[in-house]
Amino acid sequence: MAQEREVLLMKGNEAIAHAAIRCGCDGYFGYPITPQSEVLETLAELKPWETTGMVVVQAESEVASINMLYGGGGTGKRVMTSSSSPGVALMQEGIAYMAGAEVPGLIVNVQRGGPGLGTIQPSQSDYYQATRGGGNGDYHVIVLAPNSVQEMADFVDLGFELAFRYRNPAMILSDGVIGQMMEKVVLPPQKPRRTDEEIYAECPWASNGHGLKTRGPQVITSLELDPAVMEQRNLHLQAKYKQVEENEVRFESTGCEDAEYAIVAFGSASRIAQKAIETLRNNGTKVGLFRPITLWPFPKKAIHDLAQRVKGILVVEINAGMMVYDVENAAEHCVPIRQFGRLGGIVPDPDEIVEAMEQLKQVCCK
Amino acid sequence: MLTREEIIQPQNLVAEKPALMNNVDMHYCPGCSHGVVHKLVAEVIAEMGLEEKTIGISPVGCAVFAYRYIDIDWQEAAHGRAPALATACKRLWPDRLVFTYQGDGDLACIGTAETIHALNRGENITIIFINNAIYGMTGGQMAPTTLLGMKTATCPYGRDPRLHGYPLKITEIAAQLEGTAYVTRQSVHSVAAIRKCKKAIRHAFENSMQGKGSNLVEVVSTCNSGWKMNPVKANEWMEEHMFDYYHVGDLKDTEVIR
Repeated sequence: MAQEREVLLMKGNEAIAHAAIRCGCDGYFGYPITPQSEVLETLAELKPWETTGMVVVQAESEVASINMLYGGGGTGKRVMTSSSSPGVALMQEGIAYMAGAEVPGLIVNVQRGGPGLGTIQPSQSDYYQATRGGGNGDYHVIVLAPNSVQEMADFVDLGFELAFRYRNPAMILSDGVIGQMMEKVVLPPQKPRRTDEEIYAECPWASNGHGLKTRGPQVITSLELDPAVMEQRNLHLQAKYKQVEENEVRFESTGCEDAEYAIVAFGSASRIAQKAIETLRNNGTKVGLFRPITLWPFPKKAIHDLAQRVKGILVVEINAGMMVYDVENAAEHCVPIRQFGRLGGIVPDPDEIVEAMEQLKQVCCK
Repeated sequence: MLTREEIIQPQNLVAEKPALMNNVDMHYCPGCSHGVVHKLVAEVIAEMGLEEKTIGISPVGCAVFAYRYIDIDWQEAAHGRAPALATACKRLWPDRLVFTYQGDGDLACIGTAETIHALNRGENITIIFINNAIYGMTGGQMAPTTLLGMKTATCPYGRDPRLHGYPLKITEIAAQLEGTAYVTRQSVHSVAAIRKCKKAIRHAFENSMQGKGSNLVEVVSTCNSGWKMNPVKANEWMEEHMFDYYHVGDLKDTEVIR
């Protein structure tokens, strides 16, 4: 046990790789792309196929790696991939198939600035793609937004738990800051990979051949030509998403009890906002930090309640304004809401956030 | 004169529906090669006793509903991606028989990368490749394997290499890859050809189970609807034109070479 509590120093991307092995992941399928290549590199270095039996494959493209996830997840195995924004854009077809066929799997997006090839610097501009379902059709991916190396490690197991609980793809939406920065981390304890028997028991829907003669064939598919049946399937998905929205909202609220103003920020932006809030509080402005941890399901009710208690909300995100619309929707426009962000790989400075809050205060005092 | 009852006796049985073929109507056009190849796949799986150890990956194309016809576990891939799914299934379940069943548009066009790389990695899978030189399901458009001069909905004046490039011999490419164990081109237009094709599928499946590398079984096929011919004429046309460009036979068998 002592060893399991050991505090280590590592990058967020490395923590993802270590956590994958420790939480009993069966397979990782990935393709190199900056700023997340350390995930595949670390796994290759650690050789988990010799210890836990975890499979690691460098695929020919992100298109292939997400379809390896679709195939592996469809057999009931815990499978994951990681990439960065342009690569995750390529994966959207496969993610939609997984959602449609109800195949669990974990996707890590260490975001960089776009659009297009963009930059290798950090960004949060894949918020829409992640939270709206970036491929075709009416679907959602469960989205977790870590803001530390510790959460990078912790959310791997949580992501798998949620993915299997709801038979749905889950995503860790990180960014180049969290992926590349080194922090202290306590890795999760080593869990064994599930045995075949455990997979048969937990995933009776899985397509792996076992028990065919007694249970009949299992088919993983998102196809249905009869629109009446397809509508029923969609309604089933929507009912499932409603359950996720009711049960799985996660957020962190810091100093919001006495706050006159709130900053809503996720991931690395929330870390920068913390620093800005220290300055603001030292200058006499009572500001609280509300951090959505699940971006979908979005903490609508908590933000609605927060909006009743404060004079104004500043949304800080490293994009041109995406989550701000979810915040406005949740707050039902009952207080002034402003957004601050930097673009193209520029990470906001705490002083810029302080300045943006001062401007919000002026709006609220008018 | 024997009565019907006297004839229908177990000792007189010469052929029967494979146990793994479901009792459902097929959507394939009469005369299509798919039904025959499905039957061979179903027979070989049952003969090898692998019903409960098989994962089939169906494509996008005419065979998209293969999972309705053969009574095994299936996964329905996105267009061209079947070899990627198969890669993961086999790596994660090494004792399973994992095969893909793909057409020419799926395998040799949109899924070229997945096909080449799965074969080149030597994944212990079998790819069954139905080459009928046309996009059947979408209504007869030009495929990567459409012959020069052949008319389709998207090359109505005939395939012209200056406009459309050349028919792709992807099986010849596969034979060059170090990862492939067995690469063969078959057909199912005659009883003799069907028997040979079945042997090829069996050999490929055995290789896959024994971890010898990747296996590709191309079946040069007819699409009488897409070709706008009756089934008999389509078979004749295939023999006359397709076989001339797509030579039938084994292209690579590492067992034999060693």
